[in-house]
Amino acid sequence: MPEPPARPGEKPDFSQLKLPKAGEAPRPPVDGDAADMRDLAFSLVSVLDPKHKAVGDWDPKLDADTLRTGLRHMMLLRIYDDRMQTLQRTGKLSFYMKSLGEEAVAIAQGMALRHEDILFPSYRQPGLQMVRGRDLVDMMCHCISNQRDNVKGRQMPVHYSWRDGNFVSISSPVGTQFPQAVGAAMAFAYRGEENVAISWVGDGTAAEGDFHYAINFAAVYRAPVILNVVNNQWAISTHMNISTGGTTFAARGIAYDLPSIRVDGNDFLALYAVTQWAAERARQGLGATFIEVFTYRAEAHSTSDDPTRYRPKDEWKSWPLGDPLERLKAHLKAIGEWDNKRHTALEKELNELVVKSYKKAEEYGTLDEGPYPPTSTLFDDVYKDELPHLRKQRQQLGV
Amino acid sequence: MVQMNIVQAVNSALDTVLERDENVVIFGEDVGYFGGVFRCTDGLQAKYGLHRVFDTPLSEGGIASIAIGMGINGLRPVVEMQFADYIFPAFDQITNELAKLRYRSGGEYWAPVTIRTPCGGGIRGGHYHSQSPEVYFTHTPGLKVVIPSNPYDAKGLLTTAVEDDDPVIFLEPKRLYNGPFDGDHTAAAKKWDTHASGEVSEDYYRIPLGEANVVTEGSDVTLLAWGTMVHVAQAAAARSETSCEVIDLRSLLPLDLEAIVASVQKTGRCIIIHEAPRTSGYGGELSALIQEECFWHLEAPVQRVTGWDTPFPHTLEWEYFPSQERVMETISRTMENN
Repeated sequence: MPEPPARPGEKPDFSQLKLPKAGEAPRPPVDGDAADMRDLAFSLVSVLDPKHKAVGDWDPKLDADTLRTGLRHMMLLRIYDDRMQTLQRTGKLSFYMKSLGEEAVAIAQGMALRHEDILFPSYRQPGLQMVRGRDLVDMMCHCISNQRDNVKGRQMPVHYSWRDGNFVSISSPVGTQFPQAVGAAMAFAYRGEENVAISWVGDGTAAEGDFHYAINFAAVYRAPVILNVVNNQWAISTHMNISTGGTTFAARGIAYDLPSIRVDGNDFLALYAVTQWAAERARQGLGATFIEVFTYRAEAHSTSDDPTRYRPKDEWKSWPLGDPLERLKAHLKAIGEWDNKRHTALEKELNELVVKSYKKAEEYGTLDEGPYPPTSTLFDDVYKDELPHLRKQRQQLGV
Repeated sequence: MVQMNIVQAVNSALDTVLERDENVVIFGEDVGYFGGVFRCTDGLQAKYGLHRVFDTPLSEGGIASIAIGMGINGLRPVVEMQFADYIFPAFDQITNELAKLRYRSGGEYWAPVTIRTPCGGGIRGGHYHSQSPEVYFTHTPGLKVVIPSNPYDAKGLLTTAVEDDDPVIFLEPKRLYNGPFDGDHTAAAKKWDTHASGEVSEDYYRIPLGEANVVTEGSDVTLLAWGTMVHVAQAAAARSETSCEVIDLRSLLPLDLEAIVASVQKTGRCIIIHEAPRTSGYGGELSALIQEECFWHLEAPVQRVTGWDTPFPHTLEWEYFPSQERVMETISRTMENN
């Protein structure tokens, strides 16, 4: 039986990871043949080196403003997460899931796309909404299920939907969104539009049938889609050693003849560059790209589990790829575009924004006391128009 | 009006919707170049092109999920699951995703997907080419479930289903594709060309979902049926000395409860006939509704004639398949309760 490298009480052990140096992985031409880039599935695209400099062909050469925007989004996501988790502990939310350690995934990948590109996220990419400018108050109103929750209190917290941001409603069954993204991509291609679809699943979900449906259909129809497996090592308590018997997750894409790239998920620049490459390829009509985003889930899966029961308590601190936020911050400092003073000021500003937004959100109601969406909405949206049997049931409930 | 069988009527409906709405796309296993194992999409790829009518990998879960993504992004997919027996790999996508998308997103997202699938027995298909899985879908809020019994209805209902913004499971009784079948397997196969409902317009028309059709009027007992069983019920009614009213439900969800109630209040008796197994079958739901709505009008207990609670058999198909004789015996038993 497979086992993770370390269990509670044992020393974290990542010695089995063979990680190439930053800048080592070659950047193939966007219109290159997938067969010529198979090494990328076993390598690791990294741009930020140990001295916090951007190196190698994959450096996206972003200007300082863009980098600072990325840092700001990542900081906001982390502060937002902390606040919401704390509020969950005091009973203000029924449930919560943090992105800690994986903030770069949603932020860098989201920033590398256009607003028209359609997002099919899992529950671990709420940061995409920050990239696309969603009002924090609206996000919070969903999480506390009050009367302003745009999904009308029907879903658990973190199951956002945001049509204006092309952020498709999140589902709890893992992986269902993966092949749906392929269908959405085919619709873009059908209309001759240059937009792309993108989706994310976790390493655990890569064992589901939907994973295979997605990657197979994407390959068969050369759909303009970017399919990401966020390998954060853990699916609740199931280590990736139990989720897969293969080599890398990225290697699975080779069998479908898709460009298959393993990228350092804690490296903002690498993630941005790989996503931009894949999006450009898709826009040129050259089909899908399969990406393994290599990272580590620093927090519990959700507020409903305790990771100290199944893995070493401080395992994240030993993660060889570090903290994505700290790495981007260090890079900005290394190029002379950031300092501690500005960082502290920004932290203060974002903390205040989150506190202020939450106060505003509570004006629309709380989980405990409401006001909630009106009871009559229980029967809305099951169908476009209410069917007779539902009208009758609504009347029986007296609403 | 021209003579069509159900295969041709389905084909004509698809042709019409492809012509009228450029967002309609059709796909599934063998539906493209070959035109489908039952020929329902014959000629459509040649007429509308590979991008609108195409073949897929053998992947029911993939077909359903691709359709959902297309539906989310502005298309109106009509997919074929080659046999209803093979729909189950797509069950999660249909019941957890397609059905719940509009609700869970607060009305922000929906997918107007129609899933066509041949169902039912009578073709010596054994367990895996004979099932009638309608209740798995009627039990799922967010889906509509439609099943025609003749060519005219097949075209009109399918057109409406495709144009509906809610997802529709469209069940096609495969024993009826080429001709009406009244359950008498010893008789020579009939064709639709002598049947009134085999007359179908080549033009666009719709039949609303949720309107039952009283196919035989009567006064003493109401027979509720759908799909192939409509013909079995009609044949039994014709042979019986009892005056039977036969209602073809056509759509199980939405359900035309008004038509059912009006008939049962008139006759005071009701028999429900379906091919699917009895336990938790749709007959149970109808029976409950009838006692809720018509209890004081009932002269006898509501009865069911159904498939047995076994997998659909191969050799003993006709012992499983609800027959005219079983319907007639049940009519007699119902009439004894005076």
